[in-house]
Amino acid sequence: MGRYLLRRTSFLLASLLLAASLLFVLLRLLPGDPANALVSVGATPEQLAAARRQIGSDLPLPEQFASWLGGLARLDLGTSFVSKLPVGSEIAARLAVTVPLTLLAFTLAVVVALPVGFLAAWRSDRWYGPLLNGVAQLGVAVPVFWIGILLVTVFALRLRVLPAGGFPREDWAEPGRALTSLLLPVVTIALVMSASLIRYVRSATVDVLGSDFLRTARAMGESFGGAMWRHGLRNASVPVISILGIELATTFLGAVVVESVFTLPGLGTLLIKGIAEHDYPVIQGVLVVSTLAVLLIGFAADVVQRLVDPRLRAHVGGGRP
Amino acid sequence: MKGRHTFAAGCVLVGLVLAVAVVSLVWLPYDPSDTTGGRLAPPGGEHLLGTDKLGRDLLTRLMVGARIALTVGAGSVLVGGVLGVAAGLLAGFATRWLDDALSAALDILIAFPTLLLAMLVVAVREASLGSAIVAIGLAMSGVVARLTRVLVKRVLAQDYITASRTSGTSWPRLVTEHVLPNIWPTLLVNLALQLGLAVLAEASLSYLGLGPPPPNASWGRLLQEAQATVLTAPLGAVAPGVLLVVLVVGVNLVADGLRDLADPTRRSSR
Repeated sequence: MGRYLLRRTSFLLASLLLAASLLFVLLRLLPGDPANALVSVGATPEQLAAARRQIGSDLPLPEQFASWLGGLARLDLGTSFVSKLPVGSEIAARLAVTVPLTLLAFTLAVVVALPVGFLAAWRSDRWYGPLLNGVAQLGVAVPVFWIGILLVTVFALRLRVLPAGGFPREDWAEPGRALTSLLLPVVTIALVMSASLIRYVRSATVDVLGSDFLRTARAMGESFGGAMWRHGLRNASVPVISILGIELATTFLGAVVVESVFTLPGLGTLLIKGIAEHDYPVIQGVLVVSTLAVLLIGFAADVVQRLVDPRLRAHVGGGRP
Repeated sequence: MKGRHTFAAGCVLVGLVLAVAVVSLVWLPYDPSDTTGGRLAPPGGEHLLGTDKLGRDLLTRLMVGARIALTVGAGSVLVGGVLGVAAGLLAGFATRWLDDALSAALDILIAFPTLLLAMLVVAVREASLGSAIVAIGLAMSGVVARLTRVLVKRVLAQDYITASRTSGTSWPRLVTEHVLPNIWPTLLVNLALQLGLAVLAEASLSYLGLGPPPPNASWGRLLQEAQATVLTAPLGAVAPGVLLVVLVVGVNLVADGLRDLADPTRRSSR
């Protein structure tokens, strides 16, 4: 396990380095100079040169690259062109919305999907088994922002029981109000996410229900519940955990879109704003932070999967498919 | 049997959208940017589905949207498929060292989220039909490449490949005669699923205002524009979503049906 952790951590760092380099290269491929975003339209060459010096785009590319990586290592993401604030603190403030939104939606989706997916497989011969499966099939085809629009229409505009969007200015000072404004976005994401989760839980359960080890356990006299608890759960959880990792990452990204539907001041709306205003430090910063989050989630899912399934640990060295 | 029905149902749904898109090429009820219809006209009368807040005909824009959804979907599957299959074949045939390097690069590309990658491409280029296709196709290629690599490895491990190799078959012939014929059914199923995801990704990009710019009436953009007038003109906020779901469900059904048809062992068990 120690060797695996070491290898997986070095892969994580290499991925992050590559992602950061990719970001740098892509954003430098831009036709214009980022300094143009800083000055007004009729700026003199002197003003442009000053702007260039200010953001460092007059330096040779390798030097710019070194300072970008150096900044990353010191957790310094630069200064926003528009707000003149450090990008790092702007992102930190936005994470206070995006992280709770993601985690709440994820938890709700898991709580819904586990029993429903299990039922859809276990009771596939009753009328509601196929029905649950069909609803999940439909759910994976629905764009998440559309669900958001429909929920806002019903609960905020027609029934007027929940806010249509926005977030309290004082953030989490009043947790009740903050949670109320997160309720609809959370449900929106959870609905769409649970649909795809249900399908994975269902197929993992189908595999376990048809397995020889479950039949053997039952033949040895264990009750269905006991056999499922002792043998089924652990076997079914292996594919589900790796999917959970992917789904958590997807939720985090789904938040980007859903934040726009509900005009929440999160990471997603910051990115959209950055793109609209050509605020490159903000774009870079948000993309680095979200990529880091996705990579970390993948890391955690891989490690947990190994803890749950001893078979994966057995051939650490040569585990090539 | 089940596969055939699923496949047929999927074809009907996709065919419906495809038919609308084809018709939109030769005939539209109105000009897509014609604003003379009066604002937010109710459905019926001169405008079958009513008009939006600028007076543009909803039916016309929905038809144009079908064309855009299919263009971006098919285009990005083409880009992602070609790039992905090529990279996957290369990794599958490569020596251990190159294979390791390519696999690591693919893992990283896959870890890079589709939508973020797409937003990055759009930020670098400008928002256009081409940007959307390149962005979504690029993001898709990682998944396709990883699948292709695994499939190629599986075929290459077979005894008849060893036999063919020892008898002196060159590797391009190996690819065209043994590898591709064996892996295309699985690839096709995956590409069909990717098509559905690409359509959803394009809708999200357009909703965020990063998709093809006006006058391209993408369904995602229609939804974004209709959000403000959802109480007075609910159809504008419902119809594009329904069409999106119809197309994506159709594509997914086609993929499921193909999978069952291509793999006889799955037919009886489900």
